[in-house]
Amino acid sequence: MSAPSRRSVLAQGGGALALAATPAFAAPPTAPDFSFPGGNGARSLTKDFPQKGTMVLQRSRPPLLETPFTDFDNQVFTPNDKFFVRWHWSVIPTQIDPASYRLKLHGAVEREVSLSLSDLTSLKSVAVAAVNQCSGNSRGFFEPRVPGAQWGNGGMGNARWTGVRLSDVLDKAGVKSSAVAARFTGLDEPTVSEGPAFKKSLSIEHARQSDVIIAYAMNGKPLPLLNGYPVRLIVPGWYSTYWIKTLSDIELLEAPDDNYWMKTAYLIPDTPRADMKPGQAGVTMVPINRMVPRSFITSVGPDAKLKANAAATLRGMAFGGDCGVAKVEVSGDGGQAWHDAKLGKDEGPYSFRPWTARITMGAAGQTTLAVRCTNTKGEVQPDMPNWNPSGFMRNVIERTPVTLT
Amino acid sequence: MKIVAVAGYALLAATLMAAAPAFKPVTAELPPDATNFPEGPNVKTVNQNCLACHSADMVLDQPLLPKATWTAEVTKMRNVYKAPVTDADAALIVDYLTATHAPP
Repeated sequence: MSAPSRRSVLAQGGGALALAATPAFAAPPTAPDFSFPGGNGARSLTKDFPQKGTMVLQRSRPPLLETPFTDFDNQVFTPNDKFFVRWHWSVIPTQIDPASYRLKLHGAVEREVSLSLSDLTSLKSVAVAAVNQCSGNSRGFFEPRVPGAQWGNGGMGNARWTGVRLSDVLDKAGVKSSAVAARFTGLDEPTVSEGPAFKKSLSIEHARQSDVIIAYAMNGKPLPLLNGYPVRLIVPGWYSTYWIKTLSDIELLEAPDDNYWMKTAYLIPDTPRADMKPGQAGVTMVPINRMVPRSFITSVGPDAKLKANAAATLRGMAFGGDCGVAKVEVSGDGGQAWHDAKLGKDEGPYSFRPWTARITMGAAGQTTLAVRCTNTKGEVQPDMPNWNPSGFMRNVIERTPVTLT
Repeated sequence: MKIVAVAGYALLAATLMAAAPAFKPVTAELPPDATNFPEGPNVKTVNQNCLACHSADMVLDQPLLPKATWTAEVTKMRNVYKAPVTDADAALIVDYLTATHAPP
């Protein structure tokens, strides 16, 4: 909806604008250099992974594949074959037999059940558009740098997920009133058998919320195996670490989960924006949870050339985190003056929201484009980046250096 | 209750979506990964230990990190993820990482 039509471009006077609005991002992706602080941000592209198109190779084994940023331009839903991939252990499922696939529910339940895919799909079908974002998306931009997957900004994607409500599935087993949490496990296994299997938990209240679903379709099609075929947990508004792939086991717990992946890993400082100082002592750490607002310009990449003293049409997308987008503002002068963008179609509070903005650029020279989102809770993206030792929850205002000629 | 209200808005009746998909057996072949670590002190020990669980690019894509951070990473691989690395090899691995991938 956002690309300027040829006629409107011509009406606004000129081929130069048309060129400016068609930057390098229209071309097929090229191997990126993320220009991380301190370097080592060059990555190669790969087309070698099953059911996936061209992806940025972050790690071969276990697979860690980033969506080329060009794929976020002009499409609100990220194609399945371009959706980012992240596994913790190298023993991942490579063969799925739907006939014998089972989802087991046990623990604090009235009756243990083992559900087939037909059992699941016989429940009422629901759909939700939701952003799935790695906790450490954009970690490579942290300064000082921190170890971990060195993502650019493509450790995220948006899809329309179709499936069944988790609460309906829980009812098949009957949750005992003593249950306080539901713990989810998939088919991936520790490489070393004594290692901690990847398990994540939600409080029983959260698990019962009607927007938490078990998805069997992604953008109307089966999930790629590397994205969790045949079923994965969808936790709208929360980071991807909870969205367990190839979901095969739900255990109802009568005490808070103290497994490694809840108690030790994926912790954030319990401070505004999960922000702290390097080496700061006495910070209370809590499990990562809800997402925070972000926004991106997708029509113009770094170092693009735009026409000086002329109007430019910019487009991109934003998301509110765990609620909708209230406002997107764009700046053509590095954040001094902000202009309201026009929001595109609303696909629901957890989805990417497209936006367009027409702003008048200044005199020839270097400048910086910037974009910021305010969500419906009133949270706005900050000027200064947050920092924490795991590189989680980055949501600083994004800036794109361009040249005006 | 607010969240539930929002959810009611977000969850569209799926009647317009395709019905539950016909699940088909899927077999996926992951690409081979035989890349060794680049030359450096103790590289043989590094290849013998680290590549059992993950590809070399997991390490090579990291920023330059000080010895203390590399020591913590190797310790985590052993203590948390239970990588069967001996004390002697762990020290050799940290030396390799510090020699090849630490700030000057």
